[in-house]
Amino acid sequence: MPQVTLTVNGKQHTVEVENRTLLVEVLREKLALTGTHVGCDTSQCGACVVHVDGISAKSCTMLAVQAAGTSVTTIEGLAKPDGTLHPMQEMFREHHALQCGFCTPGMVMSAIDLVNNHPGGITEQEIRDGLEGNLCRCTGYHNIVKAIAAAHPLMHGKA
Amino acid sequence: MAFEGIGASVRRKEDARFLNGRGNYTDDINRPGQLHAYVKRSDRPHAKINSIDTAAASKAPGVVAVFTGADIAAENIGGLPCGWQIHNKDGSPMAEPPHPVIAVGKVRHVGDPIAVVIAETKQQAKDAAELVAIDYTDLPAAASLAAALAPGAATVHDDVPGNICYDWHIGDKAIVDGVFANAHKVVRLDLTNNRLIPNAMEPRAAVGDYDVNSGEYTLYTTSQNPHVIRLLMGAFVLHIPENKLRVVAPDVGGGFGSKIYHYAEEAIVTWASAKVRRPVKWTAERTESFMSDAHGRDHVSTAEMAIDAQGTFLGLRVSTQANMGAYLSTFAPCVPTYLYATLLAGTYKTPVIYCEVKAVFTNTVPVDAYRGAGRPEATFLLERLVDAVAYDTGIDRVDIRRRNFIPADAFPYQTPVALQYDSGDYQTTLAVALKNADWAGFEARRTAAKARGKLRGIGISTYLEACGIAPSAVAGSLGARAGLYEVANIRVHPTGSVTVFTGSHSHGQGHETTFAQLVVDQLGVPLDQIDVVHGDTAKIPFGMGTYGSRSLAVGGSAMVKAMDKIIAKGKKIAAHLMEASVEDIEFANNTFTVAGTDKSKTLTDISLTAYVPHNYPIDELEPGLDETAFYDPKNFTFPGGCHISEVEIDPDTGTVAVVNFTAVDDVGRVINPMIVEGQVQGGIAQGIGQALLEAAIYDESGQLISGSMMDYTMPRADNLPNIHVATENTMCTHNPLGSKGCGEVGAIGSPPAVINAICDALKDYGVRHMNMPATSGKIWSIINAGPSKMAAD
Repeated sequence: MPQVTLTVNGKQHTVEVENRTLLVEVLREKLALTGTHVGCDTSQCGACVVHVDGISAKSCTMLAVQAAGTSVTTIEGLAKPDGTLHPMQEMFREHHALQCGFCTPGMVMSAIDLVNNHPGGITEQEIRDGLEGNLCRCTGYHNIVKAIAAAHPLMHGKA
Repeated sequence: MAFEGIGASVRRKEDARFLNGRGNYTDDINRPGQLHAYVKRSDRPHAKINSIDTAAASKAPGVVAVFTGADIAAENIGGLPCGWQIHNKDGSPMAEPPHPVIAVGKVRHVGDPIAVVIAETKQQAKDAAELVAIDYTDLPAAASLAAALAPGAATVHDDVPGNICYDWHIGDKAIVDGVFANAHKVVRLDLTNNRLIPNAMEPRAAVGDYDVNSGEYTLYTTSQNPHVIRLLMGAFVLHIPENKLRVVAPDVGGGFGSKIYHYAEEAIVTWASAKVRRPVKWTAERTESFMSDAHGRDHVSTAEMAIDAQGTFLGLRVSTQANMGAYLSTFAPCVPTYLYATLLAGTYKTPVIYCEVKAVFTNTVPVDAYRGAGRPEATFLLERLVDAVAYDTGIDRVDIRRRNFIPADAFPYQTPVALQYDSGDYQTTLAVALKNADWAGFEARRTAAKARGKLRGIGISTYLEACGIAPSAVAGSLGARAGLYEVANIRVHPTGSVTVFTGSHSHGQGHETTFAQLVVDQLGVPLDQIDVVHGDTAKIPFGMGTYGSRSLAVGGSAMVKAMDKIIAKGKKIAAHLMEASVEDIEFANNTFTVAGTDKSKTLTDISLTAYVPHNYPIDELEPGLDETAFYDPKNFTFPGGCHISEVEIDPDTGTVAVVNFTAVDDVGRVINPMIVEGQVQGGIAQGIGQALLEAAIYDESGQLISGSMMDYTMPRADNLPNIHVATENTMCTHNPLGSKGCGEVGAIGSPPAVINAICDALKDYGVRHMNMPATSGKIWSIINAGPSKMAAD
């Protein structure tokens, strides 16, 4: 079986995988990082979004072997070691942008990448369009959109 | 300290774990030595099973066991039980065919379990399932209501001729027919309520873990009501006594009704874990969810309103066909009857109502309660029919509602369909909604939209729902096979912190916060010293779980009753310590005082004394400060309100954009406004999904065409508007909190508001009615056919 070495949340791991093993299976089953979720089997829901070398990726649609040599950040790696939340996590809490919490890790990871990609500012429509790859069944997105808009100035040092 | 009690938008206690990826969902649970189950499912809608060959699968790498329906049958395991019995018009009970855990002899829908493969890894189990060889003889299928009711239709169950589960009615047909015969005018509407697939974001999962030493079974499962699962599975399916069966529903990623029911996979992993003497885990792939989670809605109805010359409603007559799917899911029979027909008075003083409902078996996934459950079907029918009355008579849509509302001074109000409403003020919720939505300014917006080439419409829905289910005796008399109380245990610890053990279950509703706020309010304990525990039959005395917007109205009321007992006992202890009469002890702000004196003891003084009873009225009182209450509601609660939707249609594409959505709901006492707003917004999103996007579609052969998230349109962020939510509350009069419930109002009130807006936008095209979902293709066809074409669908 192939061996894959990758860095997850700053820590290097070497794991044995099958050729068909998905990145999300490595995270959840080999590394016990169960914050990354699987909500569908057609790459539609985005519950599995992580950052691979700083860019959001659906970890259910990426083979583990493709992640060899990369640096992966999952929801567990966002807060500072002292527990201080990332501004996006903090705004999700402040604006009640989560209910059951299942889509939340992928939603937060996607939202961070979205805001990173709009340094000059982001409109409501750009947020809604940018969430195209993430499903939430609880919130109706209203508060998620609000949270992301509120996180933008915090992430870009404008608040 | 910031205010944390009733009425504060306290940020949620549960968020820290979810935002850091530390939630504990069922699929996150792994037991030592755990095996993985994969369920081999029927790809045939209706077929005789001639043989199942499991030999190759059994020898595949990693496989530990393969079980079929024959293995289950050999163990004398019961079928999946139905929790509600409906009686036919003639008084005979409904047809209740067996629902085997794993199919025996015949499969009845795509997704019906045929075998379960248990292996060391999930992949090995799935690979081996490919090797299970099944020889079928295909049978003709009845894949829709129309097909199942057609002469010569295929029979889903051999012993249920004509596929009729029940033929039920409510109301006096002769009286209603008499009213119709003499009415000034009768307005008729034929309509369907589209079948939906709940799609909570967390797929169902279950882990069974049998302890050979104690003989105890533990089931971890994605459930809204673990005690109900323990009762149903223990007593009826696996015959395990409650003391040997623990059911844990940990963090659950959304339910919306679909996780109420007892599903086959729960019984399979529990039973199999004892057979193979190792824990067994099963997690649904989303494709399996589509073909095995209970679906929702799926009605075909004819509705008629008799009116006088002023548009006064004189009588309502409804005939409905309701799709049950291939088997009766746990609560399916009550949805199109007591959760539907009893809501047909709505907010109106219609004096007489008759409704008949035929429930029908088809070769489709079982249908059961989905957010709103019967009430969205009733509301869509009624609020569309009211708009049709306005359309046919030329009376203004708002005026006709105002004219027919039950007035605010008429409560308690007895409807002609069994329910007695306790409170409400429909004129006020309507007036506030009209103001918030700037109804008066709409025509200017329509004109402006027209200048931009868009068709703009506005729609209104003045809905009512019944929730807080239910007085047990009433539910029992209507066919429920369970009580519907709720249970709370309040434990004040020696040093004054509090743990709440509740039979309600939170799967997104934020109970850990809201319920703690109830304790802040009543006992004066700070929020950070209160924990709410739910979802574990080993920790909680009993519980009926969360559905039908009942948690606060019923579960919260149980907490209030338990805290009343805490205070009553605390007063006795305080009286002893302060050498006063119990009658003179008052409790407020976490402190017991002797009336008219400066003597006081904090709750912590009292709790410490209760657990260290050195100076204690020991002859009179037991030590400890730990009380349990079972609260059985006196009535349903009746949230209601007004939803207004504004849409713009692009005539070139037929695409509908909901550009404004305004809700004014009466949900009774609000504990946490932020959470209520979120609940309503989420419900409205599902309602807009039903109105515009979502439909479970079977082809004539019984294949589920919309069988994945690539085919079934889930609402996304760019499909939805900002949702303006307000409340205008009257108090529930019969529970101690005054709360009515807010979980379902959004899904109930919104679909007709959206369709009414679309019909308004298309009024120049002669559109009187449109069934859901109002897809762009459907609308484009109407626009393309030109003005004045009558829309058939």
